[in-house]
Formats: sequence, C-alpha cells, structure tokens
Amino acid sequence: MEKKTKRRDFLFTATYAVGAVGAGAVIWPMIDQMNPDASVKALASTEVDVSAVNPGKTITVLWRGKPVFIRRRTQEEIAEAKSVKLEDLKHPEKDEDRAKNPEWLVMLGVCTHLGCVPLDQKGDYNGWFCPCHGSHYDTSGRIRKGPAPTNMEIPEYKFVDANTIKIG
Amino acid sequence: MSEHEYTPKSKVGKWFNDRLPLLTLANHLTDYPTPKNLNYWWTFGGILTFCLITQIVTGLVLAMHYIAHADMAFSSVEHIMRDVNYGWLIRYIHANGASMFFLAVYIHIFRSLFYGSYKSPREIIWIIGIIIYLLMMAAAFLGYVLPWGQMSFWGATVITNLFSAIPLVGEGIVTWLWGGYSVDNPTLTRFFTLHYLIPFLILGLVVLHIWALHVPGNNNPIGIDIKKPSKDTVPFHPYIVIKDGFALLMFMIVFAFFVFYTPNILGHADNYIEANPLVTPAHIVPEWYLLPFYAILRSVPDKLLGVIAMLSAILILAALPWLDTSKIRSAVFRPLYKQFYWILVADVLILGYVGAMPAEGLYLLIARIATAYYFLHFLVVLPVLGFKERTTPVPLSITEPILGGSPNLATVKKKDSFKDQ
Repeated sequence: MEKKTKRRDFLFTATYAVGAVGAGAVIWPMIDQMNPDASVKALASTEVDVSAVNPGKTITVLWRGKPVFIRRRTQEEIAEAKSVKLEDLKHPEKDEDRAKNPEWLVMLGVCTHLGCVPLDQKGDYNGWFCPCHGSHYDTSGRIRKGPAPTNMEIPEYKFVDANTIKIG
Repeated sequence: MSEHEYTPKSKVGKWFNDRLPLLTLANHLTDYPTPKNLNYWWTFGGILTFCLITQIVTGLVLAMHYIAHADMAFSSVEHIMRDVNYGWLIRYIHANGASMFFLAVYIHIFRSLFYGSYKSPREIIWIIGIIIYLLMMAAAFLGYVLPWGQMSFWGATVITNLFSAIPLVGEGIVTWLWGGYSVDNPTLTRFFTLHYLIPFLILGLVVLHIWALHVPGNNNPIGIDIKKPSKDTVPFHPYIVIKDGFALLMFMIVFAFFVFYTPNILGHADNYIEANPLVTPAHIVPEWYLLPFYAILRSVPDKLLGVIAMLSAILILAALPWLDTSKIRSAVFRPLYKQFYWILVADVLILGYVGAMPAEGLYLLIARIATAYYFLHFLVVLPVLGFKERTTPVPLSITEPILGGSPNLATVKKKDSFKDQ
C-alpha cells in the first residue's frame, strides 16, 4: 500500500513536469513571435554622409526607427561640455567618453525618460530640452535637470572615412 | 437564485426550457427584485452596457474599412472620414463613444464610492468592475494609436516606455512590446489585434459583473440589506427597465451633442498630422479620461516611482472594500465621510486639470499635493474614519422612513416606540 502510493506520486509529479515543459515549449513561440523579426533586425545599420554639416549644425537621421542626432559642435560647446565637473552630473560621464572626436556628437535623439525627441539648442544648458516632461540636457547630451534618469544614449558608430559615419 | 420555480406556459417553451433553461434566465432577469428607492445614479449600469455595445458595433464596421499598416493607417482613417458612406458618422460615434463610455464609468464608480456599493457582500462585483475599468483604459489607449497620427504615435511611445522603468528586464519588455526598436508597423498591427480582442473580454467580464450582482442583489441609496422580494422591492421589468430607458435617452442626447456639434472637441488637433518619428509634438497630453493618472505619474520626480505611483492609484481601488472599515455603506448616514467624499471628487478633478497643464511651477506643486491627498484618502482617511466617525441612525427598511413621514431622527424615534409596544 505504502509502496503503491509512492509510485503514484512519482507518476503524478513526472506527468506534471512533462506537461509543464510541453506547455512552456508551446507558449515560448507565442511570446517570442512578438520580438523584433529578421526583417527589422536586418535594418540594423545606416551610413550617413556628413560632409554638408557645418559647425553648430545638427542633422537628424533615422536609425532603427529612432532619430539619431549628429551634431558638429562649436569650440564653445566643446569647452562648455569639458568644463563640467563630474560630481555635478546625475549620470556622470566624461565628455571624452561620449564624443571620441570632440567635434562630432553622435547620439540617440531619444529622451531617456519616456522616449520623446528632445528639441535642439533649447533648455537651460544650451543643449537639448525635452518638451514632454521637461528634461534638460547639456551640450554633451547629458541629463542635467528633469525626470530623465540617464544621459542620452550613444549608439555604436564609426567614421568609415572623413565624411561618412556608419551607425550600428 | 430563483425563489419560485418557473415553468414556461407553452409546450414548445417547456420542451426547450427543459433542454436549455434560457427562459428561466429571462424570467429571472424580468422578475429580479430591485430596491424600490434606486435613484438615477443607478441607471449607469444600463448606460454602460449600451456604450459597450455601441463601441463593438461601430468598431466592427470601422474595421471593415481600416487598414492596420503604418504606411496606410492614417490615410485609411481619412478615407473612412471622406469616402465611406456615413464613415464620418460611424467614426465620430466610435471616437466620442470612448469618451462617453468613460464619462459613464466614472459616474458609475463614484456612485459606488458614495453609497458604499463595494462593501461586503459585493467585493467581487467591485473587483470585477476594476478589472473592466483597467481593460477599458487599455482598449482606449490601443484604439487611440490606430489612426497613426502624431498623438497616436507619441502617446504609444510614452506609454510603452513606462515599462522601461522596470529594473533589468524593462528595456527587453519594451522591445518585445514594440516588435522592433521603436513604435512601428509591428506595434500597430498587434495593437489593432488587441484593440479588437479587449471589448469581447470586457463583455465576458460584464456578464460575470452582473451575475455577481444578482447574487446579493443591488445596493441602494440607504445602503441597507433588504428582504427580497418584499415591500421594499419592485420587479426589474417594467420598473427599472423604464427608468433605465429614460436615463439612457437623456444620456444619448449628450452623446449626440458631441457627435454632431463638437465631434473633435475631446480630441487633439495634432492627431490629424500623420505620425512622424522625428518630431515630438510640443505638448503631449493623453485623452481627458486618463489625465488624473497622468498627473500622478508626472508629479513624482523619479521615473520608476512615478510609474509605481500611477499604477498604485488604480490598483488601490481594488483594496477599497478592506480599506474602508466602516460598517455603514451609504454616505447618507456618514456625515464625515460625505465631506471627505466630495474632497476626493474635487481632488480627482484637480488632478485631471493639472494633468492637462505643463508639468512645471505651480501646476507641479498642485499636482504633488493632490497626489499626496489621493493616497491619503484611501490609506489613512478611510481606515480611520470607520473607527472614529459617529454615523447617524440607519432605518430598518426602505419603506420605514417614508411611512414614518420623514428624515432619520423622526424615524428612529418611531422605531424605538415600535420596540416599546
């Protein structure tokens, strides 16, 4: 009697376990089908010609459906970005780490609060200002004031040649 | 449920009813004993059913002409407005119908708050109602994205980004919701599917909501338990049917006013500009019915805490039957609660107003105070009030105060004298 019950318990547990694995195997494809598909992933990189961008000008390009700001900064802006003390920053990052070539700032034009596109050359820090919930960014795209938790993101990019930037 | 056995009169009816008791159900619904003192605030259940059916029918028709694709959605909506026969009418009914639905649901919810309809034994009705309300908000949000205008696109971006506040998995969840790296065509197609699904989920929950209601029966303006059926009740048909019908007609006048005279007043002009991922509108505001929660979100300076505060503001309602410790249901007999009730109404209206204003300066300060008070009401005022408040005497039945001639005090004296005899 005792032995029989144990055998049955084992069978129940084994059945539940196999059932759970089976259910998981069926549910996962239903969940994963919502993740970015192959055609979306295929658009992962963009090349941009920046020869026409003069100092003090920003161009916006679309990469993965998101705007990327490419700003050729003026000497004053670079100086301003470099002069900020790290302890004054909510999300401390050196300007050198954000713009390897200090003249060019390439970053996702997406506010890190809730994803709006900040406006160029606005706000209290001469950088960007997000109109949605009032986040102010400096000339290096770092968050200085407002609800956004982090600096605007720097995507992976490189200069293919002097006038072409490859994003992604 | 049925106190008396029902048998259909006709032979065919009996044959059918023995196999599927639909006629018994119909009989239960017509004879259903209803408190005879229900006022017009009780007519919004019927009005809401009308709203749900209107949205389903007009939505079904719109879906015949709408194209869920990022390149075509905006023009297909314009096509509905300009080319489809009566397309403008159907779309305006659907768009304004969402607002009317929320108007009715807010009145319905605040009626429950005033008369304590959420209290024992009606907690499950209340919780199902909160789930319906959450689904309504989801359906409204998803539907607002479909015309693919600027507000659609940026509203979708902001709301889906709320999930990015979740530590560690947040970003992954947002990408999963989008089906890409931004709101785009995959987002639109799934939003359309879910927008189509949710009303039917609501319909199922409405059946449960009414089923759960028919177990204890309706609450009533004096909030006492009544004997059913008795002198305190009237049958649902024709008494309540006629009253609900009259209220529905009045409601439809308001509805028609919006549809025919100011069909766009509750919307935003920006949504007649096609979605552009490169430009955010200067001022993003949700539809009016979500503004109080939007104000709560923005009043908290931290991203994650803001999202938590906003969700808690809704979910706290589900705990209401246990947060309100008072045994007396109706605010009629709760002099203090009645005042706090109206303060809460004002508080929510203020939150709605500041939610529409820019989040800065004085508006932000007001939003913060109003948010704090909102939680204070549910977490402190209600639990404490149940113990501290001196309630006024509650009549024994609905008929008693009427036959006794008038207000409570007189009735109570009478009640006591009855006891003496």
